[in-house]
Amino acid sequence: MKTVKLALALTLLLVLALPGMAWAADAPKIDTGDTTFVMIASALVMLMTPGLALFYGGMVRRKNVLSTFMQSFILIAIISVQWVLIGYTLAFGPDKGHLIGSLSWLGFNGVGMTPNADYAATVPHQIFAMFQLMFAIITPALITGSIAERMRFPAFLAFMVLWATFIYDPLAHWVWGVNGWIRNLGALDFAGGTVVHISSGVSGLVAAIVLGKRKGYGKDPLLPHQLPMTVLGAGLLWFGWFGFNAGSALAANGLATNAFVVTNTSAAAAALSWLTAEWLHHGKPTVLGAASGAVAGLVAITPASGYVTPMSALAIGLVGGVVCYLGVSVLKSKFGYDDALDAFGCHGIGGTWGAIATGLFATKAINPAGADGLFYGNPGLMKAQLISIVATYALAIVGTFVILKVVNAFTPIRATADEEMTGLDLTMHGEEAYRDLVMSASHSKSGYREKVAETPSVSVNAP
Amino acid sequence: MKKIEAVIRPSKLDEIKDALGIFGIHGMTVTEVIGCGLQKGKKEVYRGTEYTIDLLPKVKIEIVVRDKWVDEVIRIIINTARTGEIGDGKIFIYPIENAVRIRTGEGGEEAI
Repeated sequence: MKTVKLALALTLLLVLALPGMAWAADAPKIDTGDTTFVMIASALVMLMTPGLALFYGGMVRRKNVLSTFMQSFILIAIISVQWVLIGYTLAFGPDKGHLIGSLSWLGFNGVGMTPNADYAATVPHQIFAMFQLMFAIITPALITGSIAERMRFPAFLAFMVLWATFIYDPLAHWVWGVNGWIRNLGALDFAGGTVVHISSGVSGLVAAIVLGKRKGYGKDPLLPHQLPMTVLGAGLLWFGWFGFNAGSALAANGLATNAFVVTNTSAAAAALSWLTAEWLHHGKPTVLGAASGAVAGLVAITPASGYVTPMSALAIGLVGGVVCYLGVSVLKSKFGYDDALDAFGCHGIGGTWGAIATGLFATKAINPAGADGLFYGNPGLMKAQLISIVATYALAIVGTFVILKVVNAFTPIRATADEEMTGLDLTMHGEEAYRDLVMSASHSKSGYREKVAETPSVSVNAP
Repeated sequence: MKKIEAVIRPSKLDEIKDALGIFGIHGMTVTEVIGCGLQKGKKEVYRGTEYTIDLLPKVKIEIVVRDKWVDEVIRIIINTARTGEIGDGKIFIYPIENAVRIRTGEGGEEAI
């Protein structure tokens, strides 16, 4: 986005110097290459959410795999509607007091086929809005890793609509919206270290604590039921992340390719460093560790991906893998919270490291529209980064806590002990992912819907 | 008639099945089971946390044979299933009151 601003400034300068070419400033021209690139990047980021469903779904027990998939999948639908109606205008609409977007783009009113030069001067405004939508979808989906296996679905729906509207949209405005206060501060977040990863990870931690631990946590092993699914999910996340980070250049240019390089480098370095840490610590290099490390590296590079060199990405990834490993293995067991699938461990901690790393490694040599970090002689950037981290933590902690309490006043957020024992697939959705026995089923009056029983029954009778 | 129920290492199933087949026994029921006994659990690590899995996977074979074959079948199972390590499994022998072949209605030893 910063590059775009710079490009715009240069264009204006050129226009002033050559009055004969004034037509160039009147109608920002759509670049077909950039538009194609951002459309494909949007689709890549969209695929990350089903990828996340696989990543998380493999880590839960077999009785909760569908409910875990649902929590990611249904967010594609919920946020897509919320975004068109109100989300986009709150996040990116014309600024109100540096805190929130105005309602002037309600219902995508005025979000049309001509570019909005404030955000992306060479692509239609609509595709910029859709690219941002995909970020708004995956962010709440990341939270589902913390709350897995125990949140009731009606409460989940209400929580997510409110969270998107009152936490994500304002935060996106602060960091990315024109005149948002964190953006004005000079803090750098290329693709969503604070907006996406810190916000989701910290909110997940708060939700995990408010919901309480799963039954048997710390006593019974609550183990992943299908790790190949998780590894495939991690692979799809890695794939989609090229759209996430390179796409955030919003143009098919050198900055996008540098983001592509540093994204891949950091993911690879973190997969190796997590694996090594685990190997030394527990004696076995696990596949789950390799997959988790890659995700940690992708998270860590996200805010820095438009500002750092490939060698810096190597360092960011190496540190990110180890820091996140220590977060999920040491920190979690020390404090005893049930961050079920480590949304905080990977995204909260990895995102925080990424935001700090941006303050260390950013260089104008990569992106003249960015800033130099501490290692390039500018301590000022680090101050802005720290303020943006603290602000994101504060909004996520307070906002998530209040929203959960409000939702709980209307509908219970926590599944009952019986529901949890039976599993959320059957009790919330009336379905099972896997069948142990051949079933003899008869059609009930309501069609194919299964009768919800306390325990899975072998035969299903019509009422 | 006796029912021989053998709980064995899953990796030994094919070997036992082949040995019994050579002896002439082709009918059996095989179930995947989990259980615990003298063998200690196994250690697994997920994201840096170690878990001890107490219940281990085994395979249960059920065979019903004529009384005169019992000793020989048990010998075959022991010979093929034994590794000498803890966790080789156990064999239980039960008396069988009757057996019926559903297709023909035959009863007794003819049905097995």
